[in-house]
Amino acid sequence: MVRFILNRLLLIVPTFIGITLVAFIFIRLLPGDPVILMAGERGVSAERHAELMAQFGFDQPLWKQYVDYVSGLLHGNFGYSYSTKKPVLSEFMARFPATLELGLCAIVLASVLGIAAGILAAIRRGSWIDQVTMGTALVGYSMPIFWWALLLIILFSTKLGWTPVSGRIALTQFFPSVTGFMLIDSLLAGKPAAFWSAVQHLILPTIVLATIPLAVIARQTRSAMLEVLGEVYIMTAKSKGLTPRRVIWLHALRNALIPVVTTIGLQVSVLIGGAILTETIFSWPGIGKWMIDSISRRDYQVVQGGLLLIAAVVMFVNLTVDLLYGLINPRVRYR
Amino acid sequence: MKLIQMLLAATATSLVLAGAGHASTLVYCSEGSPEGFDPAPWTAGTTFDASSRTVYDRLIEFKKGSTETEPGLAESWDVSEDGTEITFHLRPGVKFQTTDYFTPTREMNADDVVFSFMRQSDKASPWYEYAPGIAWEYFSSTMAGSLKEIVKVDDMTVKFVLSRPDATILATFPMDFASIVSKEYADQLEAAGTKEQFNVKPVGTGPFTFVDYQQDAVIRYQANPDWWNGKQPIDDLIFAITVDAGVRQQKLVAGECDIIPYPNPADIEGLKANPDLQVMQQEGFNIGYLAYNTLVAPFDKPEVRRALNKAINKKAIIDAVFQSAGTAAVSPLPPTSWAHDPDLVDDVYDPAAAKAELEAAGVTGLSMKLWAMPVQRPYNPNARRMAELIQSDFNAVGVKAEIVSMEWGEYLARSSAKDRDGAVLLGWTGDNADPDNFLGVLLGCDAVGANNRAQWCYQPYEDLIQEAKLTVAQEERKPLYFKAQEVFKEQAPWATIAHSIETMPMRANVTGFVQDPVGIHRFVGVSKTE
Repeated sequence: MVRFILNRLLLIVPTFIGITLVAFIFIRLLPGDPVILMAGERGVSAERHAELMAQFGFDQPLWKQYVDYVSGLLHGNFGYSYSTKKPVLSEFMARFPATLELGLCAIVLASVLGIAAGILAAIRRGSWIDQVTMGTALVGYSMPIFWWALLLIILFSTKLGWTPVSGRIALTQFFPSVTGFMLIDSLLAGKPAAFWSAVQHLILPTIVLATIPLAVIARQTRSAMLEVLGEVYIMTAKSKGLTPRRVIWLHALRNALIPVVTTIGLQVSVLIGGAILTETIFSWPGIGKWMIDSISRRDYQVVQGGLLLIAAVVMFVNLTVDLLYGLINPRVRYR
Repeated sequence: MKLIQMLLAATATSLVLAGAGHASTLVYCSEGSPEGFDPAPWTAGTTFDASSRTVYDRLIEFKKGSTETEPGLAESWDVSEDGTEITFHLRPGVKFQTTDYFTPTREMNADDVVFSFMRQSDKASPWYEYAPGIAWEYFSSTMAGSLKEIVKVDDMTVKFVLSRPDATILATFPMDFASIVSKEYADQLEAAGTKEQFNVKPVGTGPFTFVDYQQDAVIRYQANPDWWNGKQPIDDLIFAITVDAGVRQQKLVAGECDIIPYPNPADIEGLKANPDLQVMQQEGFNIGYLAYNTLVAPFDKPEVRRALNKAINKKAIIDAVFQSAGTAAVSPLPPTSWAHDPDLVDDVYDPAAAKAELEAAGVTGLSMKLWAMPVQRPYNPNARRMAELIQSDFNAVGVKAEIVSMEWGEYLARSSAKDRDGAVLLGWTGDNADPDNFLGVLLGCDAVGANNRAQWCYQPYEDLIQEAKLTVAQEERKPLYFKAQEVFKEQAPWATIAHSIETMPMRANVTGFVQDPVGIHRFVGVSKTE
C-alpha cells in the first residue's frame, strides 16, 4: 500500500512540470497584450507601455520568465494578480472554500441519487421505471446548464419564492469566517437560522451543478449493474437461496461500484467546468468565475497559478479514488 | 375582554418600538467585484462605486445628478490670475471614519491632502509602489502632465502649482483617483509593516464606513455617524455582487435587491410594467462612433465622409442594437455635458443624396473595411450587429464594406495605426465632466496615432479646443466648444452613432436616488419607505 502511494506521488512530479509548461505556454499563445487590455479604450503611451511590461517582467525572454515562474513556485510564490495586485495564492484560498462546498454537495447528491437510480433501473430493466430513469438521465446530460439554471430560478425563486435567487447566504446573516464553509461557520457561530439560510442557498446551485454528473453516474451504475447481474457468481448466489436484497447489495453492487467510483472521480473535472457557469449564474463567489475573468484579462500569473492549484485538487481526488479503488477491489490492493 | 385589550395594546406598542429601533438596510446588487478599495490605482467604475463613492470624499465634488461641481472637502478654492496656482481652503472639523481597525486621533488636514496626491506622483514615497505592479493610471494620464508641486501653506490650506495654465485640471479633482485618504492611517500601517491593508480595509471621510468584504460576494457598509454633511437616512448599505444581468433582475423582482444597475435591454419594458418597481433612465455619459481614417483616400475628403454619414440609418441601429435604450448622437459630447450644443443639426438619413454626393466627389465602386469591436460596451452593446447594419446601408449607396474583427487587445492597438484601412467602430465613456475629455482626448492633434481613431488633425478645430483648455471661466469656454462642435459636424471625421441610455431599475419604495450623468452610482440621500 505504501509503495502504491509512493509510486503515485512520484508520478505527480512530471505531471506538475507538464502543467506548469502547458499553463505558461497556452496563456501566452492567446493573442492580446495584458497592458493594452488593462488600459482599454483609454489607451497607453508607448513609454508607459514599456514601463509596465518591464514591471511585470514581460520584457524578459520567455525562458527566463518560465524559470522565474518555476523558481517562484518552488519557494511557494504563485505570483501576483496584475489586476488586483494581490498574491495569487491568497486570492485562490479566499474563493476555493465556496467552490469546494458547492462541489462536495453536488457530488454527494449526484452519487447518492445517481447510484440509487442506476440500481433501480438495472433491477427493473425494460420496465417503465428503467425507461423513465434513463430518459431523464439523457435529458439531464443534454441540458444546457445556463438555461436550466435560469429556468429553476424563475420557477422556484421568482414564481414560488421557495429558494433565494442567488448568493451563498442571506444578506442579514453576518458572522466571522473561520473555515470558509458557510454550513460549518454558521454552526460554529451558533446561528441555526444562518445554517438554514446557507442550506437554502445551496439547493438550486447544487441541483444545477449535480445534473450532468448525476446523469452520467446513473447510466454508468445501470450498465455496470446489468453486467454484474449476468455474472455466474450472481446466479450461484441466487441458487444458494439468498434473498434478492442480499444478492444485490452484497454481491452485485460491490462489484458494480468499481467502475462507478472511477466515474465519480472523473466527474470532478466536469464539476470544475460546470462550476464556472453555475457560479456565474448564482453569483457564487468561487474560483470558476475568477479564472474566466483572469483569462479574458490575460492575467497570466493568476491563470498559471489557478490552473496549477486546480490541477493539484484534481490530482488529489484522483489519488483518493485510486486508494478507494483498492479498498473496494482487493485485487488491486497491493500491486 | 380587558385582558385581550391589554395584550393587543402591548403587542402594538412592542411592534412600534421594534419598528423604531429597526435598522434600515439598502441592498444594491452590483455588477462585479471591486479590484480593491484604494480609490487611486484603479480605473473601473465598479471599483469606484464600492470605494471612492461610498467611503471617500474629494476636495471638489460633482453636484448630485449633474456634471457641475460643488465644494467637497475644500470649502473654497482660488485660481491665480495666470492660471498656474490653485489654492484650496479645507473644510474644518472633518473626521476620518472610526472602524474596528483604525481610530483617528486628529481631523482631516493639509497633510492628508498632500499625501493623497504625492503618493501617486513621488517615486521616492514608500507608498508609490506599496503593492507589486501598482500604478496610478488616472493620475498619470490627467493631472501629472501639468502638476509641478503641491505645497502645504498651513494646516487648512493647500496650493497646487502647475507648470502651465490648464483649465481642465479643475475637472479632475472630482475624479475618483483624487479622493482624500488618511495619512495617519497610512503611517500606522507602514509602522506595522502591513501597507497592503490600505487597499483591503479602507478609511475615508465619506458618507459610509466600510465594515466587511466577502470576496466576490458581499460588501458591507454602515452610515458614517460623523459625516460632515450629516448621517445618511439608511443605516446599512450592502453591495450584493451579482454578475449575471438576468439574475440581478430576478433578485430585484423577488425583493432581494433594492436597486440594480445594467439590466438586459430586452427586459426593461417588463420591469417598467411591474407595479412593485420603478425604472429610472438617463442618457449615459458616453458616445459610440464610427471613425473614418481621414489620412487615407477617399476618406480624406470631408464631402465623402459627410455623404457616408447620410447613408447610415441611425434609427434602425438604435432599435436593433440598443433595443431603444439609446439616443441618436449628434455631437461627440453627450447631451448631459454642460458644453453640449443643443442646436447642432444632425446629418439627415438620405441614401439617394448620399449616393449623388459620393458620385459628385468622384467616388464610385468604393470597397472599404468596417471594423467591429469584439466586446460589448454600454456605448455599443453589439458591434457586430451594428457593423452589419452599416454594411447594408453602405451597400445601398454602392459602397462595399467588409467587416473585420479581432481580439480586443489587437483591435485597440491596430485601430490606432495611422495607415489603418477603413472605418472603426469604437466609443468612449467620460472620465470626468470636462468637455476636453471627449473633444480633446478623442479628436485633438496630440491624439493622432493613439486615441484619435479618425487620425484627424484639423487646425481650426484644434485652435478652438486649445483656447478652451486655457480659459478658466466656464461661460467663456462654452462658446468655444459650441464652435468646435460645429466645425466637427462640418468636417465629419466620425459618424456619431449613439449615446446609450443608462437604466436603473429599483423597488418602488426606494426614494432619493438620483442618476449620475457620469455613470457613477452613489447612495447619498437614498432611503426606503416601509
